[in-house]
Formats: sequence, C-alpha cells, structure tokens
Amino acid sequence: MASKAFQIDMIATAEWRDFLALTKPRVLTLVVFTGLCGLLAAPQAIHPVLAFTAVLCIALGAGAAGALNQWYEADIDAMMARTAGRPLPAGRMDRQTALHFGVGLACFSVLLMGLAVNLLAAAILLVSILFYVVVYTVWLKRRTPQNIVIGGAAGAFPALIGWAAATGRVDTLPVLLFFLVFLWTPPHFWALALFINPDYARAGVPMLPAVAGQRVTRLQIMLYTVPMVAAAVAPWPLGLTGALYGIGASLLSAVFLLIAVRVGLSRETDPKKMKPERQLFGYSILYLFIIFGLVVADKVLA
Amino acid sequence: MSFTPEEQKEIQRRQKSRALVTALILGGMVILFYAISIAKML
Repeated sequence: MASKAFQIDMIATAEWRDFLALTKPRVLTLVVFTGLCGLLAAPQAIHPVLAFTAVLCIALGAGAAGALNQWYEADIDAMMARTAGRPLPAGRMDRQTALHFGVGLACFSVLLMGLAVNLLAAAILLVSILFYVVVYTVWLKRRTPQNIVIGGAAGAFPALIGWAAATGRVDTLPVLLFFLVFLWTPPHFWALALFINPDYARAGVPMLPAVAGQRVTRLQIMLYTVPMVAAAVAPWPLGLTGALYGIGASLLSAVFLLIAVRVGLSRETDPKKMKPERQLFGYSILYLFIIFGLVVADKVLA
Repeated sequence: MSFTPEEQKEIQRRQKSRALVTALILGGMVILFYAISIAKML
C-alpha cells in the first residue's frame, strides 16, 4: 500500500491531464465552435491572429468556468457515476489547486481578450464566467429546478463574444443566437436528466425530473422547444440571413420539435427504454452544430 | 518525508511531464504575444 506522504505528494503533483480535465474539454468544443461561428458570421473580419486569440480566450474563459465549477461541486460530483472520476472527487488533485487554476485562467483570458481584441468582448467574457460560476454554480444549481434555464445563459454567451470580438458591438443576429442557445439548453439538459435522473436525485441536485416529476419535465421540454424554434428561424424573416440558413434552420427545427413532442407525449419511466429522450439529447447537440455552421455558410455564400 | 524508489520515480515522472507541458504553453504564449504585437501594428 502506498504511504500517506506519497498520496499527499501525488495530489500535489497532479498530472497535466487532470488540469485539462478540469476545463471540461468536451463542453469546450461546443463553446469554441459557437464562438468561432459568431466571429465568422460577423460582417467585419479581423486579423486572423486576433481572431485566433479571441477564440482562444473564449476557450480559456470557458475552461476556467469549468474548473471553478468543479472546484465548488466536488462533493456533488463524488456522488454521481458520470462525474465521480473527475480529478477532485477521484482524489487526484486538491481543491485549492483547482481554485487557483480556475481563477488564474479566468483572469488571464479576460485580460488577454481586453488587451489584444477589445474591451466589449472582454467584458462579456467576464460576465459569462461570473454568470456560470456565481449565478449558476453557487447560487442556482442547488436551490431551484429552474437552475439550468438561467444557467443556460452562460453557455449562450460565446456567439455574442465572437461577434463582439470582430465588430466591437452587439447586434440583432448574435442576440438571436444567444437566445437560441439559451432556449436550447433546457430541452437538451432535461432530456439527459430524464434518463439519468436517479444520479441527480442521489446527489441532491434539484433537477426538474427529481423535483417536479417526469410529466412536468416532458411538458417543459415541449414548451421551451417552441420559442427555441422561433429564435432559430427568426433571422431569416428578419432579413439577417439568407434562404440557405432559413430553409436549413426550418427543417432542422421541425425535426427537433417532432422529437420533443415524442418526448412530451411519452410516459416511459424506465430510463433504459427512453429512446426519444436519448434521441433528443443526441440530436440537440448535432442541431446546434449544424445551425451555427449554417449561419457561417450563409454569410460566406451571400 | 521518505519515499520508496518506485514512489520517487512516479513523482519525478509527474513533475517532468508537468514541467514539459508548462514549457510548451509558455513557448506558445511567447509566439502568440509576438504575433499579436505584429498584428496590432498592421
């Protein structure tokens, strides 16, 4: 058996992979992609080096928020199978190191964005980090089943930041993209929460299925999908995008709505048999990637 | 604190890997800051 001193030293010398894991790399892909699309969809182009820096800052900021989230939620993470292997609950890193890493990365990303790109993009980046850490993680997540509704705003910021980095201002299209991601978050996470409900319930996180029941959750998924579809299609009739985006977004949103209705009407209680719920969760990720890809494609082809 | 040779080896491996990644990140930052300075001058 390893000595106590060795165990302590192993925690003090956490591997670089553990620091990477703190940043939630899988979440980062969507954040970086939406940020990049916001930047590329903007009417003004910026120097490629500055564009790269802006996307890097978005990634670092999101990584910092993820690290601070894991620092605060180590106790919850230890209770859920999905998160028990993370560096803190698994005992591969101490909490103070995670806190220092998160705060340092957050300060660095905001400062770099402000100095290299522009102050507006830096300000929105700072707001998004604080929103995710303070409003979502510390304030809402353990208190209300509507936690991810408000918390979803944090994930909606990257497109706005990308656009602000390129133009120095905020316009209608990125605001609609913000609302699209904001309204997409509840159906996306509640679909997941439906089939991993026991995990959240065990950790004491008031996710909607655990608090209000599955029927209410299914209804809420349908209710949030309607304004989400409106936000996704709106740029076309408003003249902010062309037909390529408009037709693509309409078709993709129709499929989203169809699956959401199937989830809404289902009365399945066995997580293993929840096929529409798993479909909705998987499709929602693909949906967001393609919608944002279409925004850029539409601008390039216009 | 005293460690067995295996424990010492594992700690040194971790320290080396972290130092290497830190050096790579710092090197990347130097290149990035240089590129940003040039881009801002254009």
